[in-house]
Amino acid sequence: MSELTNNLTGRLTWDAIPFNEPILLWTFVAVALGGAAILAAITYFRGWGVLWRDWITSIDHKKIGIMYIILGLVMLLRGFSDALMMRAQQVLSFGDSVGFLPSHHYDQVFTAHGVIMIFFVAMPLVTGLMNFVVPLQIGARDVAFPFLNNFSFWMTAFGAGLVMMSLFVGEFARTGWLAYPPLSGIAYSPDVGVDYYIWSLQIAGVGTLLSGINLIATIVKMRAPGMSLMKMPIFTWTALCTNVLIVAAFPVLTAVLALLSLDRYAGTAFFTNDLGGNAMMYVNLIWIWGHPEVYILILPAFGVFSEVVSTFCGKRLFGYASMVYATVVITILSYLVWLHHFFTMGSGSSVNAFFGITTMIISIPTGAKIFNWLFTMYRGRIRFEIPMLWTVGFMITFVIGGMTGVLLAVPPADFALHNSLFLVAHFHNVIIGGVLFGMLAGINYWFPKAFGYKLDPFWGKCSFWLWLSGFWFAFMPLYVLGLMGVTRRLSHFDDPALRIWFEIAAFGAGLIFLGILAMLVQLVVSYRKRESLRDTTGDPWDGRTLEWSTSSPPPAYNFAFTPIVHDNDTWADMKKNGYVRPERGFIPIHMPKNTGAGFVIAALSAVGGFALIWHMWLIACVAFATMLIAVIVHTFNYKRDFHIPADEVLRVEGIRTRMMASHV
Amino acid sequence: MCVLPAFLLAGCNMVLLHPSGAVAAQQGHLIVASTVLMLLIVVPVIALTGIFAWRYRHSNSEATYAPDWDHSTQLELVIWAAPLLIIIALGALTWISSHTLDPYRPLRHVDASRSIPAAVKPLTIEVVALDWKWLFIYPEQGIAVVNEVAAPVDVPINFKITASSVMNSFFVPALAGQIYAMPGMQTQLNAVINRPGDYEGFSANYSGAGFSGMHFKFRGLSAAGFDEWVKSTRSAGRKLDNDNYLQLAKPSERDPIRRYSQVASGLYDAILSQCGPPCPN
Repeated sequence: MSELTNNLTGRLTWDAIPFNEPILLWTFVAVALGGAAILAAITYFRGWGVLWRDWITSIDHKKIGIMYIILGLVMLLRGFSDALMMRAQQVLSFGDSVGFLPSHHYDQVFTAHGVIMIFFVAMPLVTGLMNFVVPLQIGARDVAFPFLNNFSFWMTAFGAGLVMMSLFVGEFARTGWLAYPPLSGIAYSPDVGVDYYIWSLQIAGVGTLLSGINLIATIVKMRAPGMSLMKMPIFTWTALCTNVLIVAAFPVLTAVLALLSLDRYAGTAFFTNDLGGNAMMYVNLIWIWGHPEVYILILPAFGVFSEVVSTFCGKRLFGYASMVYATVVITILSYLVWLHHFFTMGSGSSVNAFFGITTMIISIPTGAKIFNWLFTMYRGRIRFEIPMLWTVGFMITFVIGGMTGVLLAVPPADFALHNSLFLVAHFHNVIIGGVLFGMLAGINYWFPKAFGYKLDPFWGKCSFWLWLSGFWFAFMPLYVLGLMGVTRRLSHFDDPALRIWFEIAAFGAGLIFLGILAMLVQLVVSYRKRESLRDTTGDPWDGRTLEWSTSSPPPAYNFAFTPIVHDNDTWADMKKNGYVRPERGFIPIHMPKNTGAGFVIAALSAVGGFALIWHMWLIACVAFATMLIAVIVHTFNYKRDFHIPADEVLRVEGIRTRMMASHV
Repeated sequence: MCVLPAFLLAGCNMVLLHPSGAVAAQQGHLIVASTVLMLLIVVPVIALTGIFAWRYRHSNSEATYAPDWDHSTQLELVIWAAPLLIIIALGALTWISSHTLDPYRPLRHVDASRSIPAAVKPLTIEVVALDWKWLFIYPEQGIAVVNEVAAPVDVPINFKITASSVMNSFFVPALAGQIYAMPGMQTQLNAVINRPGDYEGFSANYSGAGFSGMHFKFRGLSAAGFDEWVKSTRSAGRKLDNDNYLQLAKPSERDPIRRYSQVASGLYDAILSQCGPPCPN
């Protein structure tokens, strides 16, 4: 009997619920009340059917893209709460005061902050934008594997769900975001934290890998006729390179986490101190994934800036070909630099110098890109709409982050700066100033395409200036602290001279908090003012690429007729040559059909992950078996496609014709 | 606007740029030199961004507008060549400095102007990162100290570094750059302190609950002062044998300085080989 209970509940007991930690308890109460309110509202407005039919089971790349971005923004709130707690702790915890977070809690906070911001904020934002934009930019009606796309999203979402669950059931890892062994091994982290880390990343990682394969297939096989590789929009080029990186890099992460879980679950000794294990192997493997990962994030942001700068300068992108080559060179080089993350682990000087120099070489194509954007602005007519503001903010901020990055690539300089707050300032400088600014530019840029109305510019400007100034206030002090020899992940300080810099940084974090608030207000205000912000043309910014040729929001089939491409600024070229939108002669359009299989399989994998975390072997086996059955059942689903009748296309296009005519 | 940061910066001690050891000093110079080299291109880019953003704003109808101008071979050569040249210079600097400042390489100079006198023999110190304190063993002197390490000024020090359980990083910013302390592995650091004084040392790699308190004191002493320090440690009367070590290695936080007048022979090697200790002799 006790054997059975053991297999059912594993090591989960009431002790795992943090009743005695007031911060967590109140968070839980707030989340429970908020969640209950949302569920009640959905029930009250009879939203469940709509939610299930139009969103959860949707295989429409546009809706999946939007869901990814919503996931990213929700998780941003969580990751940023962690950031605020760290900033507050480091201001308070001086001398005799130990602050408000004991190390048991603080160490989970900085681990969760890193994991969430990279895997569940930046990745969903990037994947979401690519999902939404790429098929539209290449004149396709969906991605290559629409069901897989839905499944990928739900795997990512359930991975995020597991991380969130660790707040209230058990605990998260206390290892830092890359969970180096031996610390993350069973000997030094016997609790469930690292297991939450492993299984949430494994589940989300499957989603990321599959979505990478999907988007590569989409870009390679589904471009509109005439769109040769060198006529692809730059964002699509960066998406292609990013997904190649994903497909090549993520299996390494999966493998290294699998080895770590074998160490933890099966008593193997890959990364242990004894029995011939070698922790350095983990460090190498995780960075062979980890370094390409940062380019996975930044390349699509570069793509966004390229589109934005060209559109708002009213000008062809300067140096299209060199932009493409720069992107490809970065893609290749990103695999030759991983060792720069551990110069300080005692490699020989020639090895260190080699990896330092390959790292610096990446700054050459990156520098060329910056100049390309600069010379796109040159002799342009720059409209400083919100996306363009983010772009200029990025150019000025990012070059500083790039410079400190190259500095860290000089091995002897890195010996002094490694793991310092200087390093923390550097990577926030490129990830906030590069990736996040890029994603916010992209969201402001493509929002009218997705929802049919622009975002409110006043609140957008507030958000931009608060974020920009907040970033500078929050991270420039960390550069200074790094030069003062302050290392990262400390929860207590003795030297009172450091305090002023942490106070400035906390002030900056407060500004960023207001910037996030302004962004939320912007969303609400824009929704309320949607009639006056309405985009009736489908082309609110005088765009240059194909997504602006269709309506806002686009119809389910994206394009009534597949466009034909003659130039890399296809839509600008079509407008110049007097393109006339077809209003009749439509034929039925072949489309994929919604399915709940992706959601179900992903949910079962999350149940399995949770069971494995808590050693509930019976439940894990049942979840895995059910998952297999669900997959097999899905293979017998032959109702996977349907045709949108020509009459329906005619009706939808007719609505657009009347809308355009009434707003001339 | 600029006065406040300048005032604050003047008040703070940027130890990496004004250290007290020759190795750290060269690393500090390298940080400054590399930064200046890169500013050659970063400053013009920032300035041009501002200038272009202002000059080509939409409301300025006087500025030239060339919507189809998207290529210039000369200009593209320049924008690839300019970063390339900077990186060639920085790459050369990197190659040379990686070798001259290799932490494994025995020092040849006491500081920028003096080479090492022939009579001076380097001091060996064995470093063990424990949960969560530092153990320093002086094999030549036969003593050991927890959370304090001392060396005579202008004498090269050869640190041999390992750890008992998890990864840490051995870092005294005023002395030299850091190097990891890893269980079952040995890293090395060659350094020298040029100015007497007490300096801060700590672990620069997160290692668990007690990480924030994992400080130690690095003392640069005169030759006589160092002898005195060794003598006082020798008179501590406590021996670090295998049993004591196992007791010491248990996790503890913010440990006081502890001195050992004797160290069991082969203790460091036993820790390094992860075979206990005690190792079968």
